[in-house]
Amino acid sequence: MLASFDAVLLARIQFAFTVSFHFLFPAFTIGLASYLAVLNGLWLFTKDHKYLDLFRYWVKIFALAFAMGVVSGIVMSYQFGTNWSVFSDRAGPVIGAPMAYEVLSAFFLEAGFLGIMLFGRDRVGPALHMAACAAVAFGTFFSAFWILSVNSWMHTPAGFSIDPQTGQFLPEDFWKVIFNPSFPYRLLHTVTAAYLTTAFIVGGVGAWHLLRRRRRREEASAATRTMFSMAMWMAVIVAPLQIFLGDLHGLNTLEHQPAKVMAMEGHYQSYPDGAPLYLFGIPNDREQRLDYAFGIPKLSSLILRHELNAPMAGLDTVPDADQPPVAIVFWAFRIMVALGFAMLGIGLWSLWARWRGRLFEDSGLHRAAVLMAPSGLIAVLAGWITTEVGRQPFTVYGLLRTSDSVAPLAAPAVGASLIAFIVIYFAVFGAGTFYILRLMGRPPVFDEPRLKDVSDGPIRAAGITPAPEQTSRRPQDPRKGE
Amino acid sequence: MPLADGVSFDLTFIWAFLIAFAVLVYVVLDGFDLGLGMLFAVERRRGDRDIMMNSVAPVWDGNETWLVLGGGGLLAAFPLAYALILPALYAPLTAMLLALIFRGVAFEFRWRTERWRSVWDIAFIGGSTVASLAQGIALGALLQGIDIDEGGRTYAGGWWDWLTPFSLTVGVAVAIGYMLLGATWLIMKTTDGLRERMRRRAWFLGLGTVAFIGIVSLWTPFLQEGYYSRWFQGWGIAMAGFVALAVLALAALLFRALHVQRHDYWPFFISLAIFALCFIGLGVSMFPYIVPTEVTIYEAAAPRNAQIFMLIGAGILIPIILAYTAYAYWVFRGKVDPEAGYH
Repeated sequence: MLASFDAVLLARIQFAFTVSFHFLFPAFTIGLASYLAVLNGLWLFTKDHKYLDLFRYWVKIFALAFAMGVVSGIVMSYQFGTNWSVFSDRAGPVIGAPMAYEVLSAFFLEAGFLGIMLFGRDRVGPALHMAACAAVAFGTFFSAFWILSVNSWMHTPAGFSIDPQTGQFLPEDFWKVIFNPSFPYRLLHTVTAAYLTTAFIVGGVGAWHLLRRRRRREEASAATRTMFSMAMWMAVIVAPLQIFLGDLHGLNTLEHQPAKVMAMEGHYQSYPDGAPLYLFGIPNDREQRLDYAFGIPKLSSLILRHELNAPMAGLDTVPDADQPPVAIVFWAFRIMVALGFAMLGIGLWSLWARWRGRLFEDSGLHRAAVLMAPSGLIAVLAGWITTEVGRQPFTVYGLLRTSDSVAPLAAPAVGASLIAFIVIYFAVFGAGTFYILRLMGRPPVFDEPRLKDVSDGPIRAAGITPAPEQTSRRPQDPRKGE
Repeated sequence: MPLADGVSFDLTFIWAFLIAFAVLVYVVLDGFDLGLGMLFAVERRRGDRDIMMNSVAPVWDGNETWLVLGGGGLLAAFPLAYALILPALYAPLTAMLLALIFRGVAFEFRWRTERWRSVWDIAFIGGSTVASLAQGIALGALLQGIDIDEGGRTYAGGWWDWLTPFSLTVGVAVAIGYMLLGATWLIMKTTDGLRERMRRRAWFLGLGTVAFIGIVSLWTPFLQEGYYSRWFQGWGIAMAGFVALAVLALAALLFRALHVQRHDYWPFFISLAIFALCFIGLGVSMFPYIVPTEVTIYEAAAPRNAQIFMLIGAGILIPIILAYTAYAYWVFRGKVDPEAGYH
């Protein structure tokens, strides 16, 4: 029994590790694709060169991040079978089709539009190039649409029946499968998170270069100022929106997965007349209580039920075997929320600085923005951990247990592959991240070199066919074309 | 004749065909660039290595995406097969995925650094070699059969089951075949010394490929009763004879194109034909099983409404993807310009 438990735990760690690594790249590129489309549109519309420079600056980073997202995604498409084969057999008839759509749409995007977006501006003309940028932005969203639909179905399964003989989930209504109850909330919350992630990375890079110029007593370029300003506008507008969407998603979770919300709140006991909002505490699963708890009375009831004295059920109403591990969910949730409010704080600070005309001079703000550059990535991971660990001990919520989903593999097999994944991912994606940081460490300059002029680097993404450039990459006037 | 049993032009058959097609496209496309990666080991000159890499730079990553389509498609269309085969091939598939990551980034990072170039070159050679061997071993392990529990829905074997003399032989066979594709690709894409060296190697690799096809073909029928009766009884004998003759004829054509006509293009296309023929032979051996002699495509198939739902998307997107891929290859036809390129 112990051996089988170990194999399950190892498989979970391996999946969590590979999917977390993978998730970081799309979390960044979904927002960046839209940002690039906006920059390109602004360049075509205003003919202000700074937008073109910014486009060229960020498209190099985009190509690299997108490539790593694709490479780490290939692993995911096989891991469902290698490590979660029983889950694949049972749920495959339902989730297989939306996953195939995800693959097809991502594939289509990579094979076609990305190459044009990265390398094709002077081949296809501005209109088609703009269309390609928009298609890539839309395509990344479409990819997220399908994969989040599958993920949501695992949380709130709908539109299926169960074959009594095989135990397979069979699709009855694909519309209900795709638009299952938690999907709209999860999609909006996740995609908005991706936008915020990108905004804070862009803002952090902008702030870094503003600080460096200031130290050298030089004027920052128009492109640098614009990228910082645009990112701060995003923080002002999107951070509050995201807090609102997160609240909606939380209410949806309360309706469909109450045990997850109990774990997020640290509510081991039921509160018949108003539950407190715990700001701090050490979850103690064995004793089923929150040690060193510090909370605000009745606030949880107010937030979740919109009534101070609303009764709230606790984990004491959930059988032990159906409870998620509280500590991870409790802390991951707090990290996510704290970062969300910190983002809102940066947005408000920038608004204040902007109002006083000191947006590009307030070095305190710039330092804070640099510090917050990875905040979106951390918040996305924390939110992901909250929802996925909160789904435990099920893979298909309430219907298929994690321990019954795993592939019949011996623990040493999974352990060996886990070590291999960890070593290779850190080596390979560490090198890739190093190259991204090196690109970010250089400020955007006037007449930023094009991607194809610097294509001696790790910039060729999976599926990118930089079609005609190979034959024409001779030295040429850098201002020609574009 | 057993071949005709259960053959009907239904949705399950269409999906089996589509997935087989995706795998074949993957094998021939990624085959030549994996083979080229292994041939990197014997071409030590920097300039030659640059040309070799440039010859596949624009297309290799598109080639690899067919692998994702094969995996995703198998889950969607034949979830039971996906659930049985992947755990059985755990070690070779994991090795393949990690090797492909290494090889993919080596492609990109190699141009970034002087100091680390030799390290990334080794990663490129090693990644290509491991991925090729792992694919062949996975094929061999599938052909020799997979242990399934009594319920028929779970893999029941151990995690070293895939390792047998037969699977290792298929691994080597696939690696040599990929090198043949890589060498003939380079004959087509390069000039002068590099091309002539590849011409010599292609001949030895061609002999090796045909020899291994022979060994594997003669070995396979003795693995499982089903293969034996399909190839060695009744009309099967005629079919086996025909396939053997076709392979020998293609080998003769390959030799003629390489050394008599000294043609640049034909060797590659003849090698592709050899691969396609082997693939068809493989299909004949396996059909209608998707997990040999245990689970048929009909038993593993997703329900009808899922098949239809997916077919709509596949029917629209796959032709567009194919057209785009063909266009990309057409744009890059001809010899690699040693002056232009990746760096």
